[in-house]
Amino acid sequence: MASMTMIQALNSALDNMMERDPNVLTFGEDVGYFGGVFKVTEHLQKKYGAKRCFDAPINENGIAGVAIGMAAYGLRPVIEIQFADYMYPAYDQLVSEAARLRYRSAGDFTAPLTVRMPYGGGIRGGQTHSQSPEALFTHVAGLKTVIPSTPYDAKGLLISCIEEDDPVIFMEPKRIYNGPFDGFHDRQVSPWSKHAASEVPEGYYKIPLGKANIVREGEAVTVLAYGTMVHVALAAAEEAGIDAEVIDLRTLVPVDNETIEASISKTGRCVIVHEATRTSGYGAELSAMIQERCFYKLEAPIQRVTGYDTPYPHSLEWEYFPTPPRIIKAMRRVMEA
Amino acid sequence: MDDMSSRKSNALDLHIPAPRARPGDKPDFSGWSFPEPGATPKPDIDESAVEMRDFAYGLIRVLDMEGNALGPWTPHISADDLRRGLKNMLLLRAYDERMHRAQRQGKTSFYMQSLGEEAISIAQAMALAPDDMCFPSYRQQGILIARGYPLVDMMHQIYSNARDPMKGRQLPVMYSSKKDGFFTISGNLATQVPQAVGWAMASAYSNDGRIAAAWLGEGSTAEGDFHAAMTFANVYRAPVIINVVNNQWAISSFQGIAGGENTTFAARAVGYGIPPLRVDGNDFLAVYAATQWAAERARANLGPTMIELFSYRAGPHSTSDDPSRYRPADEARQWPLGDPIERLRDHLVSLGEWSEEQHRAAQEEAIETVRAVGREAEKVGVLGPGAAHTRESMFEDVYKDMPWHLREQRDEQGEA
Ligand SMILES: Cc1ncc(C[n+]2csc(CCOP(=O)(O)OP(=O)(O)O)c2C)c(N)n1
Repeated sequence: MASMTMIQALNSALDNMMERDPNVLTFGEDVGYFGGVFKVTEHLQKKYGAKRCFDAPINENGIAGVAIGMAAYGLRPVIEIQFADYMYPAYDQLVSEAARLRYRSAGDFTAPLTVRMPYGGGIRGGQTHSQSPEALFTHVAGLKTVIPSTPYDAKGLLISCIEEDDPVIFMEPKRIYNGPFDGFHDRQVSPWSKHAASEVPEGYYKIPLGKANIVREGEAVTVLAYGTMVHVALAAAEEAGIDAEVIDLRTLVPVDNETIEASISKTGRCVIVHEATRTSGYGAELSAMIQERCFYKLEAPIQRVTGYDTPYPHSLEWEYFPTPPRIIKAMRRVMEA
Repeated sequence: MDDMSSRKSNALDLHIPAPRARPGDKPDFSGWSFPEPGATPKPDIDESAVEMRDFAYGLIRVLDMEGNALGPWTPHISADDLRRGLKNMLLLRAYDERMHRAQRQGKTSFYMQSLGEEAISIAQAMALAPDDMCFPSYRQQGILIARGYPLVDMMHQIYSNARDPMKGRQLPVMYSSKKDGFFTISGNLATQVPQAVGWAMASAYSNDGRIAAAWLGEGSTAEGDFHAAMTFANVYRAPVIINVVNNQWAISSFQGIAGGENTTFAARAVGYGIPPLRVDGNDFLAVYAATQWAAERARANLGPTMIELFSYRAGPHSTSDDPSRYRPADEARQWPLGDPIERLRDHLVSLGEWSEEQHRAAQEEAIETVRAVGREAEKVGVLGPGAAHTRESMFEDVYKDMPWHLREQRDEQGEA
């Protein structure tokens, strides 16, 4: 065991997989010599050579298209889209191609690739370094979408993604790369080393896709969150003094319906938290699913706490970001009903 | 307003490219120049891209219009192989003809023929190794025919029937066969080109000996994917052949709309530092030789080649298209570089390896083969309810293992 930040844990996952499987290789903008702008691929080129970890031209469409061809050949490429905001040029390759090769060829060709992308706000990144586009992927048949919230999960989930035979979108909450964020931007952020989830085995281990994690047990209300928002939701639960059950979804598609249903059946109340914009966001999917499956268990209307339906504002970042007070308000509202 | 009139002396004017002839006009190919057959030199495979600049603006031709093979690009190919190539082109033409008609008869929704371009897919497939991976567009069905893929399975795909290897999920003509080195076709133009580059890079990464080849239309070279592919192919020296089939028309838009007015499509390779070859696409021997050259280059680890195959789309774009509405009706017949089948026929005849009688017999045999296979495929079923794969199959292959939400949707669909 070692104490790791999420960045180090992700690096360790790649290191483990490249060590184990010569078919695993990684590339993207600045990924090789420099080790990535967030250093997730640091040392990998030195250790495995430039053929297994290399810099790509600034062409996300090409990065994705080339990775699909490699995956169809039989390799297991892991590509880095430098910021999730830059996956739009790659979107056609991911949606029309990676997601559908298996289906359209009736299993003849597959694309087992992993697309890593740092996402989310809270780092003063402005409109083009802060977006949370997960719903653009969860809506696509054929893709799996995974978002970790701790170093331990990040490593175990990324290893599972690389071993997956389907294409996976792996979104990394960059706000918590170096330490969990409790949503209070004016409070000192504690480093990962102060948290149990930073204890990460050096070797190989997996966390299965499709399994959520109950990170705080409670009886009064279920809070569904993923990525950075798991920590904001936990802070809210503490501050509110409400016996909330906080569930970290970890995998958005396929989502762990059983864990969600069991929790809602127990609490009868639900608050959904994500930092992406609200309209047609992933929270809408969760809400609809719960209505369909747990309507008669519900004691109150489901509440969503999300980013607003605006582009990401630079200077008003902290007004935009879902914060513990906003979550607490939603929790109180469902408790009153 | 005052401002406007005072600037009028140097007023700008927007240029919208237009073809030389529209319906009712006489076909006009005077804008093209056609270098003499045999006149283009043949460089070594390790020639630098810079030295090959002129190849982007010339045209490699071997066969003259009398059927003689001339010059250094004349490939070493046996009479048996030439006859095989010719028969495959005849088979492809007969197949296209029947499937086009099948669509008119309502047996399928859609079809796309390769009329006039048969030499490209057939000669290129023959020049490549059988296990090289092809990333075709929708007009290279000839690759499957040349590689001996069962014609009946191609028809099952066209009819989306219970034996359709694609389980009725793809538009007709979008075949896939991994074992025959034929990549699953996308309806999104040009997406296959970076994928081919990636496959080629993976092959090089794995110290494999196989190379990749991609095909796209000249219209599709305007897509970003093409340029992404050229960049990656050049940067990583991928063992790939990028084939631009310039058949002059992208649905109703002439090749000038894709940027072909002031330059050639082969010239795009120059800026990427990729050796260009520009080839008479209706000349079986030239297409074969150019592909062989590029394949040798790739196999020698010298990197990519881009080939522009200069041809003419003699038929409609697809069964949903009527070309007489945007180009002179007899333009195809006037194409100065002729018909690929007739040109190879004339060559074989001039060699004394073929005759008019043999040709007619081969033509009839091709038509008869397609007719017999057609009957067999139609017995299994044509497009329509009842003939398709089971409805549960719709939910398969979205993921390797079916997740709970798809299982639920499948069961719900079954109850409806
Ligand atoms: C991304 C995309 N845009 C538009 C289309 C519609 N479309 C299908 S074929 C075609 C013309 C393509 O022309 P070209 O690349 O020259 O190939 P050709 O049909 O001549 O072989 C168009 C516009 C498409 N399939 N995909």
